[in-house]
This record gives sequence, C-alpha cells and structure tokens, in this order.
Amino acid sequence: MSILINKDTKVITQGITGATGLFHAKGCREYGSQMVGGTSPGKGGTEVDGFPVFDTVNEAVKETGANASVIYVAAPFAADAIMEAVDAELDLVICITEGIPVLDMVKVKRYMEGSKTRLIGPNCPGVITPGECKIGIMPGYIHAPGKVGIVSRSGTLTYEAVHQLTTNGIGQSTAVGIGGDPVNGTNFIDCLKLFNEDPDTEAIIMIGEIGGTAEEEAAEWVKANMKKPVVGFIGGQTAPPGKRMGHAGAIISGGKGTAAEKIKTMEACGIRVAKTPAVMGETMIEALKAHGLLEVCKTIK
Amino acid sequence: MNIHEYQGKEILKQYGVVVPNGKVAFTVSEAVEAAKELDTNVYVVKAQIHAGGRGKAGGVKIAKNLDEVRTYAQEILGKVLVTHQTGPEGKEVKRLLIEEGCDIQKEYYVGLVVDRNTNRVVMMASEEGGTEIEEVAEKTPEKIFKEVIDPAVGLLPFQARKLAFSINIPSKLVNKAVKFMMGLYQAFVDKDCSIAEINPLVVTGDGNVMALDAKLNFDSNALYRHQDVMKLRDLDEEDPKEIEASNYDLNYIALGGNIGCMVNGAGLAMATMDIIKFYGGEPANFLDVGGGATAEKVTAAFKLILSDENVKGIFINIFGGIMKCDVIAEGVVEAAKQVSLDRPLVVRLEGTNVDLGKKILNESGLNIVAAESMADGAEKIVSLVK
Repeated sequence: MSILINKDTKVITQGITGATGLFHAKGCREYGSQMVGGTSPGKGGTEVDGFPVFDTVNEAVKETGANASVIYVAAPFAADAIMEAVDAELDLVICITEGIPVLDMVKVKRYMEGSKTRLIGPNCPGVITPGECKIGIMPGYIHAPGKVGIVSRSGTLTYEAVHQLTTNGIGQSTAVGIGGDPVNGTNFIDCLKLFNEDPDTEAIIMIGEIGGTAEEEAAEWVKANMKKPVVGFIGGQTAPPGKRMGHAGAIISGGKGTAAEKIKTMEACGIRVAKTPAVMGETMIEALKAHGLLEVCKTIK
Repeated sequence: MNIHEYQGKEILKQYGVVVPNGKVAFTVSEAVEAAKELDTNVYVVKAQIHAGGRGKAGGVKIAKNLDEVRTYAQEILGKVLVTHQTGPEGKEVKRLLIEEGCDIQKEYYVGLVVDRNTNRVVMMASEEGGTEIEEVAEKTPEKIFKEVIDPAVGLLPFQARKLAFSINIPSKLVNKAVKFMMGLYQAFVDKDCSIAEINPLVVTGDGNVMALDAKLNFDSNALYRHQDVMKLRDLDEEDPKEIEASNYDLNYIALGGNIGCMVNGAGLAMATMDIIKFYGGEPANFLDVGGGATAEKVTAAFKLILSDENVKGIFINIFGGIMKCDVIAEGVVEAAKQVSLDRPLVVRLEGTNVDLGKKILNESGLNIVAAESMADGAEKIVSLVK
C-alpha cells in the first residue's frame, strides 16, 4: 500500500515534446511507472520515443485511460495546463514547473474548488511510491519500498532524507514533494491525513522550511489526530528575515514564518525535530525504537 | 522585486488612487526645480531608498520654502540612512521625492497580500495608520480588518465599504476611500504585486483620501509579463554579487559569514547554512545552483563565491537528482583552473553519477577535501577556516 500513486497509476505527461518533459517521462518509464502518453498542442497524432502524443488532455485521457498527469510545461503556461487537467477530471495532477506567478495559482485554486482533482505542487520534485510508480524528477535508485512516509516542501532535502533512511535499511511507503511555492495544491495536513489512513505507513517524516505557518498548523493537526510517530526538520534556521531563500514561499516576513517558531510548535505537539539535516534518518530511527516499530520498518535486507 | 515610493505612486495614479503631487530629483538643483513646479507653500523632501523607517532616520523633512528645500536636499542626498530595515551598514540616498505637503486630518493603513491560508488576495485595513502593521497585529489585533477577495470577481465595492466603515473613515469620504481601495486592488492584480502597502493612507482637511506613502513589491516570477515594471529596477539598491548571480540565473544571497556555500536545491541550500552554523561556522552566502545547472553555470557560481573577500573556505554540498555529480565536478575543476584556488575546498557529492564526479575531482590534481556526508563536510570546512 501507499498513498496517491501505485503500480496501477496511469500517467500522461503534459509538455512531453519538450526536452525536460521527455527526459523525465523516459526516466519514469524506465523506473516502471505506466507512462501512457503525453500532450503537446499541435503535435497530436505523432509519437515521441514510443509515447503517443495528443493535442489535448481530454483526448489523451480518452485514448489512454490515464488517471494522473505530470506537468513540465513552462511557467507562463503552466497554470493553464493545470486547469486543463482539472477539466479532464484526472484524479491526480502533479506540477513540477517552477516559477509560476502566484496570482496565477490563486486563480487555479479558485478554479479547482469543487473539482475531484488533487494537485501536487507546483515547484516540486513529484511523488514516488518506491518499487511501484515514480512521477517526477527524483532519482529513483535512492529509494526502497517500505513503511516510512515522507512529505516535504523541498526536493533535494527529500532526497537527503530518503538516502539516510535507505542506507539505514528503512524503506519508504510514499515520498511526496508538496513544493516550495506559497500557494500550492496539497499541503502537509492533506498528506499527513493520507499517511495516517494508509495501513502500510508506520511513521512519517515531515520536512518544512521558513515562511508561512503550514508547519505549525500541521503540528496542531498531528497533536489532535495522528496515530503514528512523526519526525520533522525545518530548513532555514539561519536565514535572514525579508530575503526570499530560493523558493518563492521561503521568506520570513513581518517576523512570521521563522524556523524557531515552527520547531517550537512542532516539539510542543509531540514531533521529534532533527537538529540538523544530517540526522533526519537517525531521528526517525530513535522514534521508531521508542514506538517499537524499528524491526517492522527495516524493510531492506 | 522592490521599487521606490515615487515609482509606486506613479503606478497607483494610473489606477485612480490619489497621491500628492510630486516629482523625483537626483540632484539638489533638480529638487529645487521640482519644488518650483508645485503649487504649495509646504514641501516634503523624502529620501528614496528601498527600506522603511526613513522618517525616524532623518530621511523625511518638511520644508516651508525653496531655500529649505535646497538645504534639506543637500543634507539628505548622499547621506547614508540607517533604519531598522537597512541593516547596520545603511543605504546611501541617491534619489529624492519632492512633494507638496497636505493637511493631514487622520492616518490609516491599507494593504494587500497573498494569504497562504486562504490562497487568495486579502485586503487589510486599520485605523492605526503610521505604525507598522506587524506592531498593530501584535498589540491590538482587533484593530485590523480583513476582506478575502474572490479572484473570479475581484474586490467588490461592498467589501471596500465594509473596510472603510470599520476603520471609521468619515462617512462623507467613504465613497472616495472605496474608489481608492478598488484602484489599489486593480493595480495589485494587473501588475502582479506580492505586497502593496499604503501606510499611511490619509484623510485631508480639504476632503481628499490619498496615499502619503506607497510600498509595492512585485512577484519576480511574473516580471516577464511586466516590462514596464522591470524598467523600474534600481540596481543601486541591490547587492552587486546578487546582480551578478541573477545574470547567470543563480539564486544567491549574501550573508556576511566566511564559509562560501554552493548547493543544489533551495531547501538543501538553507539546510547547509544551518548545519555550518550548527558546527560553529558562519555561512557567507545562500547559493542554489538549481536543478539543471551546466558546467558553465557552476563555474560562474564558484567564481562568484571566491569574489567575496570574506570567504575563507568553500563547502560544496550536492545531492544530484537531475543535477549530475559529474557536471558539478567538471564545473568546479574548470573554475579552479580559471581562478587560482587559494582557499580550502570541501566537497560532498551524493546522488546521480556520484562515482564519476568523485573520479573527476580526484584526478584533477586540485587540493580538495572529500566529505563522506553533509555533517562530515560541515565539520571539516568549519575546522579548516578556523
């Protein structure tokens, strides 16, 4: 089991004829994901590296039976691509694209109200259920199937956490990058809920960073609802206020969104917070030991 | 991206937001000329820098005649203003805004932000104008009123009216305040602002509702569709190294420590700064080379770090996903060839093509300290710069 995606997920790639889209569509296919085709307006009816290409998402869904899409479309056109996928009633849309104007995302969120589609991202590495399905740009080989879920605002920090787990024999159920933008499709709480209900996830790592109050809200939710141990890390403890640290959402403004405040709330809500990014794995092992879950989570022989 | 107050006011004017008459001046004589054109007997001489708190730092003066305008312009131009937003080094004033004074009856606050909780634009208003809104939010949160705006219909007049009545704008001026707020919102969405703050908005003795100050920030992701706004960028207000970095599409922020960092991914870059600090060091910068960096980009990043005289050592921390370790290694070797590498360099590589990357570094003949992990690398660079 897993959350969001599994071996049955059928994926189309929006922007498949672009260099980035095609590169990662091939990478995901090699990993074993069912990459069933893609869209590129005006190139419908052609084929690229064995992938059928369609003009519209609707058509692609009709022809391939896809239930998910991944978007690599350039930032100025990405919001439109998301809304096209929502209109086609896909279950899941994962937007990798970085640099979408925030007011475009405000419109997207409004457009999505009442729809059945779940959006992950934008500005994220994607989602992977190790051994079953990889949708996105993460290096597949560092992952291993298992029982620890990961939800993160940062791509490379997710890789770091996964790597630390895998080298310690601990596999992952699903790793979700929710992205570094201030307005995004899925937040920490959405993912924590799914992990809480997933019978094969035993514990969760939540990786946050400065900016906003999503981590604090997630921590309160964990305190009230979570049945499984949660370990955390917050990036940007040394970041100066008022400076945007790469991610559009990673900024301390008006004294709000500091790492110290987030860590304080998380610890108060029963989340073990790793002191440095180098000990996310160790911190998880301590938590698993404390809950008697270490053996069951040692899925890598 | 930030712009100056006078530039913000020029934009707002196009949207029907009333602002005092005024003009920018780069020299003392321009300041006097600008004042001559104004039909008033009270002038305001305002320093134009990208930071708040100018008044308290002596950057805003009221002049009663042209001689005083000249005196104050001489005093402020070239002066280094230190405010709570400039940092201790302050900012040199190179531009002035010369405005006509007005008869202020009362000061208010109106602002717009993108709210992460509702995923919408929110307009905030308060009767406590002139004070910083964070301070009001902390001490008297009940004095801040908010309206969440549906992007499908925009700010509705009734919402603006509610705000105007809530903050006790005089009844006969409510319609003018509504027009003001509607214009401000339209400017915000048309120009892809990330923050718009009018503090203070004032009601004047002659029955006007106007913006006495204007702070507009723009979403840098949307600048591609606003060439007019791009032209307002003032490079004097930015760190030269950050400008150089932006030319190579690198995310760089100067921090003031002595350990230069080069990392891929914003999250890992922040975490790398954190771990350096954890082991007792001080990061000199935040630098995210991005996911799809080429060897040229890495070379540029490396040179940029070395150009900082405070840097006593460099820590490269890469977890290759799309970014391949061999590309990073090639870039580092190339850069080290071009500039003499005279400071300690610790490299931690992990991820895609890690073995090839390590091989390139080993065979380069460069004096590189290899790190086994992020913690190992941080510890090593901290001890090397001590």
